[in-house]
Amino acid sequence: MIKEQHRAEKKAKRRNEIVRTALKLFAEKGFYATTIPEMARDLKMSVGNLYNYFSSKELLAQEIIREISAYLGGRIREINEAELPVREKIRRIVTIYFETARDEPEMIDFFLRVYLSNREVFHEGCEGMICVNEFVTEIMIFFDDGVASGELKNQDFFSAFGLFMGYLGGMVFLNGEHILPKTLEEYVDDISENIYNALKAS
Amino acid sequence: MRLLWLSALACNGNAHALLNYPRFEEWQEDFEWLYHPLLPSTHTLAEVEEGIDGVEILLVDGTLEEGLVKNRLAYKQLFERYAVEAKYIVTVGTCATFGGIFAQGGEGRSGLHFSGERRHGFFDGFWEKTLSLPGCPVQPEVLAGTLSLLRSEEPLPLDTLHRPKYFYAHTVHDGCTRNEYFEYKIDEHRFGALEGCMFYEHGCQGTFTHGSCNKILWNGVHSKTRAGTPCMGCTEPDFPREGLWHTSKRMGIPARLPLGVPRRAYLSLAGIAKAFHIERLERPMMEDKRG
Ligand code: SF4
Ligand code: SF4
Repeated sequence: MIKEQHRAEKKAKRRNEIVRTALKLFAEKGFYATTIPEMARDLKMSVGNLYNYFSSKELLAQEIIREISAYLGGRIREINEAELPVREKIRRIVTIYFETARDEPEMIDFFLRVYLSNREVFHEGCEGMICVNEFVTEIMIFFDDGVASGELKNQDFFSAFGLFMGYLGGMVFLNGEHILPKTLEEYVDDISENIYNALKAS
Repeated sequence: MRLLWLSALACNGNAHALLNYPRFEEWQEDFEWLYHPLLPSTHTLAEVEEGIDGVEILLVDGTLEEGLVKNRLAYKQLFERYAVEAKYIVTVGTCATFGGIFAQGGEGRSGLHFSGERRHGFFDGFWEKTLSLPGCPVQPEVLAGTLSLLRSEEPLPLDTLHRPKYFYAHTVHDGCTRNEYFEYKIDEHRFGALEGCMFYEHGCQGTFTHGSCNKILWNGVHSKTRAGTPCMGCTEPDFPREGLWHTSKRMGIPARLPLGVPRRAYLSLAGIAKAFHIERLERPMMEDKRG
């Protein structure tokens, strides 16, 4: 029993390492330039054994996006569950997004450079927004609460979602290209204020 | 079993619905109408006001109004007199139960025990023996069935609003022929058409309305949602709400969700269901030549 548990734990740990390594390589070199043998080499494991964990590169990429979505979704959920005015919630969401871009740059890079750019990789298995469901659900809850409390304007979900997330994605992209004169953190206040002004109820 | 039917502010819709009960004649043999405003009865209203004996079930129909006079007597006085001796009191329809449509038309109007969802205490002493049969009108099978169950002294589990669970535990959504469309979040509805679920755009309240409309069909034929018009929630305390043909939403999310389903669970499932395009359900099936 204990032995079995130990084996399962070891397997989960190994799986996690594979996801981490793949994330790093995908974010750095893109989906197509990254190969399974290369990952296996970095992980010091055989190609055959790696396939035991993930039977294709596509499935691995899908698992990565699910984990990123769960990670960001979980952090936004904490904000949703706190009793805060919408203005402050927006500031916290922006902060989390930028912090993630700073501390886990591969996550955001993967999202922008693989998930959004190589849609064909995600067509089967990640239809629509299934693989980013946890993240999108929390954003929906954030909007729903904001409209219910009278702080946000009631409008089409995607108009609001695009404004919020497109803006943040754009800033992280500019930062990645080293175009921004200041650090991302220094933009938090202005950007949060702009988002709030754009979405608030009149 | 002896029945006394006392209407307050009512349209007689519940009585008319009862006349459409397919087994009405046979069913009536087990009951005696001491008084009913439309049906042959043992007594006249004048006699009821003077005082009659032997009431076992008192049926209250219509919205109660302060100061309402029936013939010569105040409704309240008449009601109290027979409520004391009756074994059961049954509020027939939404008006008598929660206030309903007529409660919106004037001051001092309510149901017997409720104003909407709020329980008031005027007749507290009678609460324990009261059963609520809301509906606008109540389905004849629900009224006749409940009275038969009371007569045979069968156990009759009730919900917190005293609605018999046999008829009101499940929602109107249960049994609707549009469930397939609900599952995959396809509205695409045109009023009167046979396809599409009306929850997402057209105001259907079936998923949060307690009732049997899609299991016990009206006149044995149809229900609102089967026929192609949304459920308006007529068995609920907040009936009638405004905007009955329109789903109110907050940034695209329905403001009211299916009964008991947490918002996070609903949104996650909806996100998944929406990701798939079920072509068969998206095309107009009746007109489609492909079958
Ligand atoms: S039309 Fe109404 S009752 Fe029918 S499936 Fe849709 S929500 Fe349910
Ligand atoms: S379908 Fe809804 S509105 Fe129509 S009678 Fe049934 S409960 Fe009432």
